[in-house]
Amino acid sequence: MSETDEVLLSVRNLYVEFATDDGLVSAVNDLSYDLKRGKTLAIVGESGSGKSVSSMALMGLVAGMNAKVSGEVYFDGQQLIGADPESVRKLRGDRMAMIFQDPLSSLHPFFRIGDQLVEAVQVHHDIDKKQAQVRVKAMLERVGIPDVDQRMNEYPHQLSGGMRQRVMIGMSLINNPELLIADEPTTALDVTVQAQILELLKDLQKEFGTAIILITHDLGVVADMADEVVVMYGGSAVEHAPVREIFYEPAMPYTWGLIASIPQISAKNAHLDPIPGNPPSLINLPSGCVFAPRCAFKQLVGDDLCEHERPQLSLISLEHASRCHLTENQRTDIRRARLIGRQK
Amino acid sequence: MTQVSPILKVSNLVKHFPITSGGIFQRTTGAVKAVDGISLEVFPGETLGLVGESGCGKSTAGRTVLRLLEPTSGSIEFEGQNLIKVSKRELVFMRREMQMIFQDPYSSLNPRATVGDIISAPFQVQGVKPVGGLRSAVGDLMERVGLNPEHFNRYPNEFSGGQRQRIGIARAIALQPKLIVCDEPVSALDVSIQAQILNLLAEIQKDFGIAYVFVAHDLSVVRHISDRVAVMYLGQIMESAPSELLYTEPLHPYTHALLSAIPIPDPDLERNRERIILSGDLPSPSNPPAGCVFNTRCWKAEDKCRSERPVLREISMGHQVACHFPEQNLIETISVAPTGTDFIA
Ligand SMILES: Nc1ncnc2c1ncn2[C@@H]1O[C@H](COP(=O)(O)OP(=O)(O)OP(=O)(O)O)[C@@H](O)[C@H]1O
Ligand SMILES: Nc1ncnc2c1ncn2[C@@H]1O[C@H](COP(=O)(O)OP(=O)(O)O)[C@@H](O)[C@H]1O
Ligand code: SF4
Ligand code: SF4
Ligand SMILES: [Mg+2]
Ligand SMILES: [Mg+2]
Repeated sequence: MSETDEVLLSVRNLYVEFATDDGLVSAVNDLSYDLKRGKTLAIVGESGSGKSVSSMALMGLVAGMNAKVSGEVYFDGQQLIGADPESVRKLRGDRMAMIFQDPLSSLHPFFRIGDQLVEAVQVHHDIDKKQAQVRVKAMLERVGIPDVDQRMNEYPHQLSGGMRQRVMIGMSLINNPELLIADEPTTALDVTVQAQILELLKDLQKEFGTAIILITHDLGVVADMADEVVVMYGGSAVEHAPVREIFYEPAMPYTWGLIASIPQISAKNAHLDPIPGNPPSLINLPSGCVFAPRCAFKQLVGDDLCEHERPQLSLISLEHASRCHLTENQRTDIRRARLIGRQK
Repeated sequence: MTQVSPILKVSNLVKHFPITSGGIFQRTTGAVKAVDGISLEVFPGETLGLVGESGCGKSTAGRTVLRLLEPTSGSIEFEGQNLIKVSKRELVFMRREMQMIFQDPYSSLNPRATVGDIISAPFQVQGVKPVGGLRSAVGDLMERVGLNPEHFNRYPNEFSGGQRQRIGIARAIALQPKLIVCDEPVSALDVSIQAQILNLLAEIQKDFGIAYVFVAHDLSVVRHISDRVAVMYLGQIMESAPSELLYTEPLHPYTHALLSAIPIPDPDLERNRERIILSGDLPSPSNPPAGCVFNTRCWKAEDKCRSERPVLREISMGHQVACHFPEQNLIETISVAPTGTDFIA
């Protein structure tokens, strides 16, 4: 096995529950996936589908009296769920790092940019301030900050949104992490700046061999960045496949709906085919398929099975898993009739 | 186009926000040039898309056009009447014909009013008594936008984002206006819900013949809904054209860069196309560059661009561009290049 084929992160049967006044919120339900070194896994899904919570949980960032996290998360072989919080904290910011949609949430408003990055280095490495500064300067230059010496002395609010996002990427990569979780890293940015930042992430990944979990709702960004894709709905993965298969051979009704909902920039589609209804409440999830209340194909499955039995995430080909009761023939017929995916 | 006259004609519209400083005695030290001389026309029943990056002045333009903000200068003609000249009282009356839908369905609805109150407000403000009574008119509207009329007495917080946007739409169409300015009406919604609302807006337009000014930053959404599109940058219109033309043959370097920056949801296409990546950030609208406002990021800029502001001129039927050196012989912006070449500007 070559180094790039090595699994860095392995998530198994992850559950996250929150006790609230309204009842028990099942934010993540039985999520499993593997991520190889140097690869990008995109997690897509609508608001509230559990993308952020699942990723925070594996970094040990879901805490609090009302939260319960269970399952297994192996990072380079080390089980993180239930591990000593101190050892997980040591990994964070060092071997695994996170960037958020809003850079201001991880940059401290009252400290100079340079000092914050130096601090981030020194927390994890026993080097003096001078050496740390050299490293910070090199990183900020690498992420494309102009006039680095001057910028290092400035405060976050003095930078534009795009520049702040660059600083945050620099800060997250400063210790050369093996895993980077990027939660909607470009959603708050304009498209021209988004294009710059995505390009930068790709270059840095090539250079440092970082594995990336990319959380996004933008299927264009997914098509650009991902090696593999997990589609989440109601806290579970409903489909998991290599990126081309997700777009060209999507296998279940929710993924079909997502793809049919996006207006295309490359051609005017006359009528969008939206998914009816609204995303599920995560309190008292239906006992059958979580997508059943919005699914147009459940009648094709006999015996009201969709309403009664939650489908398993099961392999439909070598690397492609989906969570749906439809048979292969049914899927093929529907995709052909509705021109979903790439037609053969 | 046949000889239809525009329902809305905006000429050289300017909206500057003064920047003040000082303590007790406020001094004006400059201005945010949010909208800096735009001209546009909207014809009955059509959709004009207004696109651009954040802060380029789209929302300000949309609001000023309805005189929800007082313009600094310029003229706005609505059905031939100069909106800037009419009194506040006449304006209230004219609002019957011009409505607005906002981006944020959470903050644009009064949380203490029921849905019924919210949708009946336009009738009450305008003193209109619908045939069949208010209650039934509101019920019809709710049904028309896909809400359950039985939810008449519920409060906005009991509805999802998409449903709240439907409430906003029902309120806007209550008096069957001729023009609605939609300011990022689907930006806050998930894609599946966004598609529902876009379809609803299109159906309503077909049924009632309403013209839309559709303000958005998402160029795919704008292409989907618009007949014509105007691209803004730093308070000015860079290019305006029928939407098919704008997306397939952009003439302004900024439009070209903007289109090329959008990732396409098709991995093979996305990874094998030519792409322009602009360098640098947007300049501040309080201190826009001299000459062409795009010159600090334009790969074609020459001396003339730094000294002389290009005027918006018509290059072919309905296709206007503000550039000294518009693009020619354009390769399809969204085409599959033989190799994955990235062109860094
Ligand atoms: N501390 C908490 N207490 C209770 N419920 C929570 C808590 N944190 C998150 N949730 C709920 O868990 C669910 C999943 O949330 P999560 O933030 O992962 O969604 P997401 O997929 O990242 O959505 P978005 O696209 O909006 O970021 C939501 O229903 C959310 O309201
Ligand atoms: N009430 C206001 N006072 C001062 N500046 C404003 C005001 N409203 C908008 N601006 C400024 O005007 C510019 C254009 O804003 P806006 O029209 O909201 O942009 P867009 O809708 O294109 O994102 C921005 O720089 C913004 O900060
Ligand atoms: S299991 Fe049934 S309800 Fe669920 S997605 Fe498949 S067909 Fe639809
Ligand atoms: S006028 Fe000059 S700077 Fe402006 S867009 Fe055209 S070529 Fe570029
Ligand atoms: Mg999230
Ligand atoms: Mg706006």
